Amino acid sequence: MGNGTFVLAAAVAGAAVFGLSLLIHNEYFFFAGYVVLQYIVLATAWNILGGYTGYVNFGTAAFFAMGAYSSVVLYKLVSLPLPVLMVVGGAISGIVGFGTGYLTLRLRGVYFAIATLALAVVVQTLIVNWDFVGGARGAYIMRPAQVPLFGNYIQYLFLVMLVLAVVALVTARTIERSRLGYGFSAIRDDELAAEAFGVPTLRLKLLATTLSGALMGMAGAPLPYYVTYLDPASGFNLAYAVNSIAMPLIGGTTTWVGPLIGAVLLGTIQQVATVTISSAANLLIVGLLLVGFVIVAPNGIVGLFEQHWRARRA
Amino acid sequence: MHFPFELLANAAVSGLLLGGFYAAVTVGVAISFGMLDIVNIAHPAFIILGSYITYIVNSTLGVDPLVASVIMAPAFFLLGAAIYQVYYLAFEKRGQESLRGLAFFFGLLFITEVALILVFGVDYRYVTAPYAGPSLHLGFLILPLRMLVPCAVSLVLLLGLQLFLARSFAGRAILAVSQDPVALRLMGVSPSRIKRFAFGLSLATAGVAGTLLIIIQPVEPSVGRDYIGRVFAICVLGGMGSLPGALVAAMLLGLVESVTSTFYGPSWSPAIAFGVLLVTLAVRPAGLMGR
Repeated sequence: MGNGTFVLAAAVAGAAVFGLSLLIHNEYFFFAGYVVLQYIVLATAWNILGGYTGYVNFGTAAFFAMGAYSSVVLYKLVSLPLPVLMVVGGAISGIVGFGTGYLTLRLRGVYFAIATLALAVVVQTLIVNWDFVGGARGAYIMRPAQVPLFGNYIQYLFLVMLVLAVVALVTARTIERSRLGYGFSAIRDDELAAEAFGVPTLRLKLLATTLSGALMGMAGAPLPYYVTYLDPASGFNLAYAVNSIAMPLIGGTTTWVGPLIGAVLLGTIQQVATVTISSAANLLIVGLLLVGFVIVAPNGIVGLFEQHWRARRA
Repeated sequence: MHFPFELLANAAVSGLLLGGFYAAVTVGVAISFGMLDIVNIAHPAFIILGSYITYIVNSTLGVDPLVASVIMAPAFFLLGAAIYQVYYLAFEKRGQESLRGLAFFFGLLFITEVALILVFGVDYRYVTAPYAGPSLHLGFLILPLRMLVPCAVSLVLLLGLQLFLARSFAGRAILAVSQDPVALRLMGVSPSRIKRFAFGLSLATAGVAGTLLIIIQPVEPSVGRDYIGRVFAICVLGGMGSLPGALVAAMLLGLVESVTSTFYGPSWSPAIAFGVLLVTLAVRPAGLMGR
């Protein structure tokens, strides 16, 4: 399938999901669906760096929360439509991603991973100490009473996140099949050899970090409007970091399908488990699945299927 | 801003004591990350596990925390050896330690923390010991025993490990693994056996550090997260795998953190470690005493 065809197919699939959702009159569906879509974006964003180039980012929560808090800041200053907030949130997270990458990506890969881990703690410290955005107490956001064309604000949020999910998936697939994607996988497989063959490794890595961070920031920007009350503990929840790593690794990291499968599967399980069991228990399930999958099925669900097909063909 | 001398001196001394404790927290990572090249980001979570076990033993049996620590260390050693065995078979042997190995330890960190929350809740827990309350007074300097004792234990631990690594056969074997695993294999020695032993040792220090932590302050499951940045900042600043370097770096970080939190408020202290880490990586990635 060419890129153009895929964009069309993805847009049709997105429109179909939205069309079907209009038949559902239960508001909870939109609340739950929004979270699953948000995880599709986060998992895909993580995978652009982690899966394609092999650099682990533990700081998803930081990039995500920076997007969310940039919306809080803008909300307090001016009144802007949601898509603009997402662009700003994406830009800020992208710049921070670039900066972190610039300082650490010239060294061994683990330094980058550790830096992102610490980045989450630091950005949270900054937000806790910043009274303008509510500090540790958190900030309240009033949703606009009416959105043109939509009766219901949560439906609007759902659509916005759906569009972002489609954009993220199309971006990931386009990268995968471009020169850029081959450069990324060269870095993942053997960075030294890639460098020797003239692949501009640092530039590609920075590009991946920036793009991945920006997508995470964009996913975070609508969050204040979704929760209407945002405090550092919820914005920087470790669950974001764990899920955005677990979903691609469980789904499969080498293609755009993997994060999608992982996010839909884990996201849905968690939505069900949060209602039926408890939210701490469902995070334990994610942790156990993550450890289980990386040990037993290194290439995730996609890898298991590929193995199955290969076995049948042989 | 006005810096009264007595306040500054007290902040400096308690920073040095805190730094002594940080050295015990870091020494395990200096071994696993610095020498064995195993990026165990779950180390702080195991420290918290150690704190909770100390808490259980202390509150149910009334055993002194430090005695509990001595009993607990061998169990942590075995746990470490078991974790390394899984890590070796699943990742190191297949050459997949960079992405999946990191995710593995991240999963362990997460499971440990969530399991502790499920069992104990998020209430702060503390231990009772004769040295928990009183302080030594030297002129205007106040030295709380709950800081002094952990610092002393930590220094003994570091000294012991340094002597062990430098003098004993097993210790030198660990250093050999860190310097050249390929050459070691050519000599007919299995690096994975030595690494298993060393990783067990590294987790045993996590158990001890957990005891020291709960003597210093009350503990709840997510406290460990604050230590991730600190531990790796100290490890990198000190120079990978250098124990004296780790001690100096730990003292420095403790000093800076203590002075900042005295004069600007404790809510800023988690950011300092990250600043130190980034500056070190940007300016001198080899660290203070790196090779």
